[in-house]
Amino acid sequence: MHGFANPARFLRLARWMMPLLLVSGLLLSMGAVLYGALIVPPDRLMGDTVRILFIHVPSAWLGMAGWSTIAIASLVELVWRHPLAAIAGRAAAVPGATFTAICLITGSIWARPTWGTWWVWDGRLTSFLVLLFLYFGYIALSGAAQRDMAGGGGGSRITAIFGLVGAINIPIINRSVVWWNSLHQPPSITAGKSAIDGTFLWPLLIAALGFSLVFGGVVLARMRTLLADIQAEARLRRKAMA
Amino acid sequence: MNSKVTGGIKPKHQRLVLLLIALVALIGAGLLAAYALSNQASYFYVPADLAKAPPEQGRAIRLGGMVEKGSLKTRADGVTIDFIVGDGKARIPVRYTGITPDLFVEGSGVVAEGRMEGNTFVADNLLAKHDENYVPRQMGEMTAEQAKQVVAETQ
Repeated sequence: MHGFANPARFLRLARWMMPLLLVSGLLLSMGAVLYGALIVPPDRLMGDTVRILFIHVPSAWLGMAGWSTIAIASLVELVWRHPLAAIAGRAAAVPGATFTAICLITGSIWARPTWGTWWVWDGRLTSFLVLLFLYFGYIALSGAAQRDMAGGGGGSRITAIFGLVGAINIPIINRSVVWWNSLHQPPSITAGKSAIDGTFLWPLLIAALGFSLVFGGVVLARMRTLLADIQAEARLRRKAMA
Repeated sequence: MNSKVTGGIKPKHQRLVLLLIALVALIGAGLLAAYALSNQASYFYVPADLAKAPPEQGRAIRLGGMVEKGSLKTRADGVTIDFIVGDGKARIPVRYTGITPDLFVEGSGVVAEGRMEGNTFVADNLLAKHDENYVPRQMGEMTAEQAKQVVAETQ
């Protein structure tokens, strides 16, 4: 039933997937970001600052995709008790938080010349900052759960519940610019329609694909590390018992 | 793990149902909260809001809308500007003294922080609002379709 309940099978797959994802992802994202920084024409109103788009937007998507990964992993952990789910959720937290931070920093840098301010407390910016704090809480909680695991506690389940509850913020971020008047503009890309000209859209989509592959590669790498940690700990414990 | 089957329902399915109920309740609560926040969480008022329910004189508020084409005038002192912010339903004259952000131009979005003095909105600070359109400079002016979207956005 659980094809990957045995980590050996997952590890065999991860071993060749990880470098593939990382290398192809880095090449794609570097290519797209450089193309955006050097070749794309300036925007009608914003001029050269539009080049931040190719880092800011993919980071925003990945920051939200990171928490979606956590939420799905939490659900699978709570319902099916799949042993890899807890590890997947924990592995997605740090890269997700990193992309969220990159999005907030690049957004702030972009806001200064375009809007005339580094930061405002509008719906979109505030809900995205909340996402970063949720990541911090999740990382702290999963760290505590890992220490707790040695004593056979239920800390991992509490982490998973937090991961599920935190997911409520994702639709709020998405709808924040629609529900409330905000300084941040409404979505440019909605189902099948794009208000971004093709000149900007193609490098943006390639950058998003590249960022996603890097994210996948980092998650796999971290899952391998976490599994190795658990194995090493189990081995030490067996040795201590003997 | 305890895999005893109770009353024909697998524990796995029991957990799934419990979790789904909890999720539905959670999403419902979130949506209710967001709905209740709908007015308070808005970053600014649009001119129609101010026309419908005029705010107290001198109370600090934010006004957002489109800078009306042809309304922008600079006074003799060179740093004070007058313009009209509209949303297609109401128009409010705005006065501002200071440096404007790069994106502040006629026909684009603006958020002004300040207060009502008489019928004029006196702004202490201007923030330019970017719309959702990204167009390379070579294409010059917006298409009619995009211009319509920009207007629709502030309404």
